[in-house]
Amino acid sequence: MPKWTHKHLLDLQEMSRDDIALILETAKSFKEVSQREVKKVPALRGKTVALLFAEPSTRTRMSFELAAKRLSADTLSIQAAASSLVKGETLLDTALNIQAMNVDLVVVRHSASGAPQIIANGTQMAVVNAGDGCRSHPTQGLLDIFTMNERIGKLEGIKVAIVGDILHSRVARSNIAGLTRMGAHVVVCGPGTLIPMGIEAMGVQVTTRIAEALKDADVVMALRMQKERQQEAYLPTVSEYVREFCITPDRLRYAKPNAIVMHPGPTNRGVEIAAEVADGPQSVILDQVTNGIAVRMAVLYLLLGRKAKV
Amino acid sequence: MGLLIKNAEIVNAQGPWEKAQDIWIDNGKIGEIAPSIRRDGCPVIDARGKKVFPGLIDLHVHLREPGREDKETIETGSRAAVKGGFTSIFCMPNTTPTIDTAQVVQYILDQARKVGLVNVYPVGAITLGREGAQLTEMMDLKRAGCLGVSDDGRAVMNAGVMRRALEYAKMAGLLVMQHCEDETLSAKGVMNEGATSTLLGLAGDPVVAETIIIARDIELSRYLGTRVHFMHVSAARSIDLIRRAKAEGIAVTCEATPHHFTLTEDVVKTFDTATKVNPPLRRAEDVMALHEGLRDGTVDCIATDHAPHTREDKEVEFAVAPPGLIGLETSLGIVLTDLVPAKVLDLPRVVEKMSTSPARLMGLSQKGEIAVGKDADITIVDLNKEWTVTREDTASKSKNTPFLGRKLKGRVVTTVCGGKVVYQE
Repeated sequence: MPKWTHKHLLDLQEMSRDDIALILETAKSFKEVSQREVKKVPALRGKTVALLFAEPSTRTRMSFELAAKRLSADTLSIQAAASSLVKGETLLDTALNIQAMNVDLVVVRHSASGAPQIIANGTQMAVVNAGDGCRSHPTQGLLDIFTMNERIGKLEGIKVAIVGDILHSRVARSNIAGLTRMGAHVVVCGPGTLIPMGIEAMGVQVTTRIAEALKDADVVMALRMQKERQQEAYLPTVSEYVREFCITPDRLRYAKPNAIVMHPGPTNRGVEIAAEVADGPQSVILDQVTNGIAVRMAVLYLLLGRKAKV
Repeated sequence: MGLLIKNAEIVNAQGPWEKAQDIWIDNGKIGEIAPSIRRDGCPVIDARGKKVFPGLIDLHVHLREPGREDKETIETGSRAAVKGGFTSIFCMPNTTPTIDTAQVVQYILDQARKVGLVNVYPVGAITLGREGAQLTEMMDLKRAGCLGVSDDGRAVMNAGVMRRALEYAKMAGLLVMQHCEDETLSAKGVMNEGATSTLLGLAGDPVVAETIIIARDIELSRYLGTRVHFMHVSAARSIDLIRRAKAEGIAVTCEATPHHFTLTEDVVKTFDTATKVNPPLRRAEDVMALHEGLRDGTVDCIATDHAPHTREDKEVEFAVAPPGLIGLETSLGIVLTDLVPAKVLDLPRVVEKMSTSPARLMGLSQKGEIAVGKDADITIVDLNKEWTVTREDTASKSKNTPFLGRKLKGRVVTTVCGGKVVYQE
């Protein structure tokens, strides 16, 4: 197995193919822990993991918290204001205070792209990015890739269609970064207004035609469409979006018969994904949630656990 | 009492003097230039081995006073200016209060006189409060001492208002200096829009936000027969538009900044807020186009857009940090290090872009040249002196520069303004 050399997990762009493979492999062994009667291993006993969430999140925070606890780490949860400027304390101040309590690793969620970098640069703590602005959500990307690998059995050469608001999606960016690294073919699809300039440079195919995106896809991933995009003139109406891009049973037929359907959650049923699809036999949305814990355990373990043994 | 500069290797825009000369300065003017001048009992500067330029002129500086004296004051900004070799600086009106009345102009001139280091020329606002609606009293601003007007930080978005501003400013004899940014296109953008902004998940500010205003104002200028000056142009396409307009004889001019002609958007990947600036840093092909524009004369002058910000203001998330970086002290060093060896500019062209041309644009007929009878504004430069940009060495009150740690070759050793030595290393 390759050596793990990273101190932080900030962006999948920084991860090599070997790094990602190691995380997936490690996650596989941790997945079994969560299925035991006693869902706990002592790998991170004595370590402290802080969850610094400056943006609303339930699922990701719960997932990280359970991951840390199942590794026997102590956890503390800090709900910071949306912008630290509001209370006059900078993000770095908050982080330095957390560090002063001898926290080993901090998991950061923030609405500003690059915010976790500030903490990584300004403190000694290991930093895991739990979503920053539109930039990156590496553990989501990893858990999606883990789920694809688990279901399809490979990543090399598979076709993944990501549909929706690509412009504002950190989930799309992290999936693209990880999947292209692993040799998958990624197609992004959405209204022309919501496809960011220059995304081709990330090695993806771009289309505004849903049929083309879904054709023979192994994976169909729908992204959350926020209703505010209508007020911001990205969309004429949400209903037109639904007519053109919603993943419906009919549209799903363009994909391979055994294609899997994914969604990072929370879903807007009837907007980006039809309820029948979200609940249908091809949906792996809840597997993603389950796998999220295993992948986050793997990340925490690689960043903290192996060092502890030295 | 006069001042004698010995052994001066004079460089003017029209070319260098062949042999070193002595320069006699009396009463704030250049009195005599000759191979050997003797005067008794006056201070003497030996410039042997150094280059002697007409004092540098910066058309684009933010002094922050009045209103944000925590970022910069007229005094600290003046100190930074003379250290960078500038003897005349034009300060932008986005202060609090805005420079939109003669009283504020007067206040700045009074403060600058008290400091007494450089010539400070306040740039008045085009519209009241820089809000883009009602024109300022430009005749009054002109009488108070303004030579140009700008709503810098914002473009005059309404084309009808811009038209009136151009017509009225022409009557007042003021140069209209446009900040080229269509706000409906730049929107929430914080860096150049493209593959890099997409990768970083930062909102993009597209090149067209700049070029649309330039194209519009070229058309207005053509139609009205008025002058317009485009500030801090950053994009290849902007250079194209301006080059063509000039070829057609339209009275447009422009400036470029050292950061735009040396840095690309790649440096934003560090999320260092010192790299956040408006207009944003662009791509390598834009940098090359700015070089070509400097070379062929499309770019008339080099300006710094010196924009000081406190540590507190800059040490925040990239998206919320204020744009801007300081430039007065590094401008000449960057030009001498990056443009001269690369043959983008030779020394006379450096003098043209940093002194002669800005003087001409603003109608400062007594500046921009070392010649008998001209103002004794003089910058003495050691071309071989190597130095590193550091916080400690920075005279500006703020230290927000992406060039920290940069090694530069060529540094100002003495600055003379109005016949007075205002800086000596």
